[in-house]
Amino acid sequence: MSKSTSIPVFPFSAIVGQDEVRRALLAAAVEPAIGGILIFGDRGTGKSTSVRALAGLLPQIRAVANCVYNCDPDGSSFCSYCHADLQAPKVTRTSVPVVDLPLGATEDRVVGALDLESALTRGEKVLEVGLLARANRGFLYIDEVNLLEDHLVDLLLDVAASGENVIEREGLSVRHPARFVLIGSGNPEEGELRPQLLDRFGLSVDITTPDDVKQRIEIVRRREAYDRDPGGFALEWSKKDKTLRSKISRARRTVGSVSVSDEMLEKAALICMALGTDGLRGELTLMRAARAFAALDGKPAVLVKHLKEAAGPSLRHRLRRDPLDETDSGIRVERAVSEILGA
Amino acid sequence: MDEPPAASTDKWDEACLALSLALISPKICGGVIVRAQAGPARQHWLNLLVRLAGENTPVVRLPVDAAPQRVFGGLDLVATLRSGHPVSEAGLLSTSNGGIVIAAMAERMSASMAAQIGTVLETGQLIAERDGLQLRSSTRFLLVALDEALEDEPPVPQVLQERMAFRIDLDGLRAAELSNPNVVAADIGMARKRLPGVKLTDEVLEALCAASLALGVNSARGCILANGVARVHAALAGRSATVQQDAEAALRLVLVPRARSFPEVEDETRDDKETPPDPDPDDGREQDADEAGDDRQLPDAEELADMLIEASKALLPANLLISSPGKQTLRSRPSQAGRAGALQRGAARGRPAGTRRGDLKPGQKLNVIETLRAAAPWQALRRREALKHSAVSDGLRPIEVRKQDIRVNRYQQRSGTTTIFAVDASGSSALNRLAEAKGAVELLLADSYVRRDQVALVAFRGKGAEVLLPPTRSLVRAKRALTGMAGGGGTPLCAGLETALLLALAERRRGATPVIVVLTDGQANIARDGRAGRSQAGRDALDAAHAIGQYGITSLLLDISLRPNPLAVDLAGAMRARLVPLPYADSSAVSSIVKQETLASSDRPYTV
Repeated sequence: MSKSTSIPVFPFSAIVGQDEVRRALLAAAVEPAIGGILIFGDRGTGKSTSVRALAGLLPQIRAVANCVYNCDPDGSSFCSYCHADLQAPKVTRTSVPVVDLPLGATEDRVVGALDLESALTRGEKVLEVGLLARANRGFLYIDEVNLLEDHLVDLLLDVAASGENVIEREGLSVRHPARFVLIGSGNPEEGELRPQLLDRFGLSVDITTPDDVKQRIEIVRRREAYDRDPGGFALEWSKKDKTLRSKISRARRTVGSVSVSDEMLEKAALICMALGTDGLRGELTLMRAARAFAALDGKPAVLVKHLKEAAGPSLRHRLRRDPLDETDSGIRVERAVSEILGA
Repeated sequence: MDEPPAASTDKWDEACLALSLALISPKICGGVIVRAQAGPARQHWLNLLVRLAGENTPVVRLPVDAAPQRVFGGLDLVATLRSGHPVSEAGLLSTSNGGIVIAAMAERMSASMAAQIGTVLETGQLIAERDGLQLRSSTRFLLVALDEALEDEPPVPQVLQERMAFRIDLDGLRAAELSNPNVVAADIGMARKRLPGVKLTDEVLEALCAASLALGVNSARGCILANGVARVHAALAGRSATVQQDAEAALRLVLVPRARSFPEVEDETRDDKETPPDPDPDDGREQDADEAGDDRQLPDAEELADMLIEASKALLPANLLISSPGKQTLRSRPSQAGRAGALQRGAARGRPAGTRRGDLKPGQKLNVIETLRAAAPWQALRRREALKHSAVSDGLRPIEVRKQDIRVNRYQQRSGTTTIFAVDASGSSALNRLAEAKGAVELLLADSYVRRDQVALVAFRGKGAEVLLPPTRSLVRAKRALTGMAGGGGTPLCAGLETALLLALAERRRGATPVIVVLTDGQANIARDGRAGRSQAGRDALDAAHAIGQYGITSLLLDISLRPNPLAVDLAGAMRARLVPLPYADSSAVSSIVKQETLASSDRPYTV
């Protein structure tokens, strides 16, 4: 559960439409190895609402008690504190962190720095962890990611790639695990994302405004109900959220055992070849996403439909762009997919 | 009654209505964008706002260059050092909780500042991670964004427009027309009390959603705002549920200004009496009141939606019909694409844009004040450490500055414009036009030398196109390339446009703002694959032109044929270019047109 002192977030199941975004978020919750998610699209399409709703939805995780990094007691890598005390870690259940990185955040708050209070009052060097530490094993969300300062972007990419954050301050040197799913959202009209950054996101989802009157009416209706009484509204949807939550938990347990037949592997490779995606990253993400979708559907093996569902978000941002080909890259992926997998 | 009243009084009444609604619920309405140059009308409106808001309402002005620390809060260094523990200082946005924030010159607000304020507007929460502090506070305020942009300049950042219900325009109002509305502060208070009980009826909800779609409002927020405003309007009128008039007000004030397309012309056979287009809402309101009270039969949702869509047609500026027949997306004011928004950050010159941690490398400029600020809180700690390590006490420096304190200045610089000329050097145009094109490029080059812009030259003739002159500021090189440009052969228009586009995209990646100027008669006869044939060549050229339009590159088409030419019109349409027929233009005319266009597209050229 999110911290109950503040207003409850808009429930995930109450979001109208935007299936692709929701499925992508769920897939990343099931299989964090998919990598980050980039949500690009029009304003007012519920990008932030979806991500923030995720915080209220995710099932709790086991973590070492009192560990600021939420170390996994069953995992293989630990922060230095937990490492020193490996014998009998006390375990608690805690919610998956979904950390907001506000634009304009200063570097020391992101990476971590010395705690100002103890430095001033007691003259002691105590590390105060940053947003990266808090996001460990969870999600780091950057709204308007295309407006983020370049030096912060570089830093985030570096940490996201290595899964480890290194702080060097005042002669203090600390390394800690920082494995998180980076979620970025933005509006392409306000500036494009650097290609290097684009490629680092596992999935890329284009989001558009619903152009269906019924959906719009439902959006306004639910928003209205939520604004009137956030608590009551959240309660109303809590049952649906709960169902979804147990679905994620189940999928998390089973995703490791979802099998991929040789036929599926070959088809995935064919799609990537047809599209000419560079490197292996696309193919890997495609398989991981397909497995996550299969797990979410409660299937023991990846089926054609999972591959189909995963192809768009895994590959569309990895196509080499031909400035004269007006065709939207999403459509190019679709074409290749229907050629290889059949309509 | 049929005679529409002077548009300006209408404008003022609408502005006053927006003001009242926004004051009733800043949470629902977000704010008001006031488009006006500084003057009596704007001042009068602002005075009215402050008066109606009540005496104890905080009113804060947000200057365009306000430091993030002042706006969002941060570490109060003086208090921190004095007291020995961290003291935070609240920013403008927190201190104006429950009040009004007036953002001056909001059109010049930086994208990241706008995005942060937008988040606060939407969530009512201010979260900042700055100066070793996490600041969190709840704050709700009414944002008034003063927009002084001229017609062709970029507007208030989208991220704010999205979250602010109203856009009013006060330009052109005369002082005599500025009457005081008959709303008093007490009405606002009453409406506030009533608002929680006001029901949004299904008819209004459905009609406004349908209207938002018909008008091409492409954000769910526009729709949510419109419905919220309808409720607030009902509260102001003393109703407990929304009715048609509330929907009309929301349509006029929220949806129409956001319209991106003209509603499709519907079935003409519809009975006119059933759906009276209502160009003058005030007039209509009076009639309604005369004929029946508020409790008259409500039209059902579908009828209401039709009415609203019909009414919106009368409200949309008439010239939209001419510029965009049918349902076509309207071009809003220049977006990022055509704007010299490509700000280069981190360059070593330009306008100061804050500081960042950095090393003292050559070329970086140390910001002494910020460095000392960063070092100050740690002095006690460092002193103790320094004492521990050196037995001699005179090893102590007055201020212990460490590497991580170093702050260097960041600058942002408006990168220049690159004008790319794509010149038709084929046989047909070579005869009379090539010389003029050459002259124009030369003139422009001289201009751009002064403005520090760059010029590139693409010539197309025979079988393909060629970059005769890569982007340059060098007069000598340019002149040499021009002199060498030969004419004659077929017209591979598609190849010319493609080459220009590729060059433009490369320039954009480099951070410059490209402008494409095509000089052609539009008579393509070489297709993309190099084969001759008019029809295929024409189609290919249109495709390439379309690509230029898609990428939002500012472009200009100079039609150099001897008489007006429909091919050039099509081409310009696809490129979304300004078309200038130049049957008799000479090179200085070409140059002056290009200059106008590039000036309009660049956001107030900034030179160091």
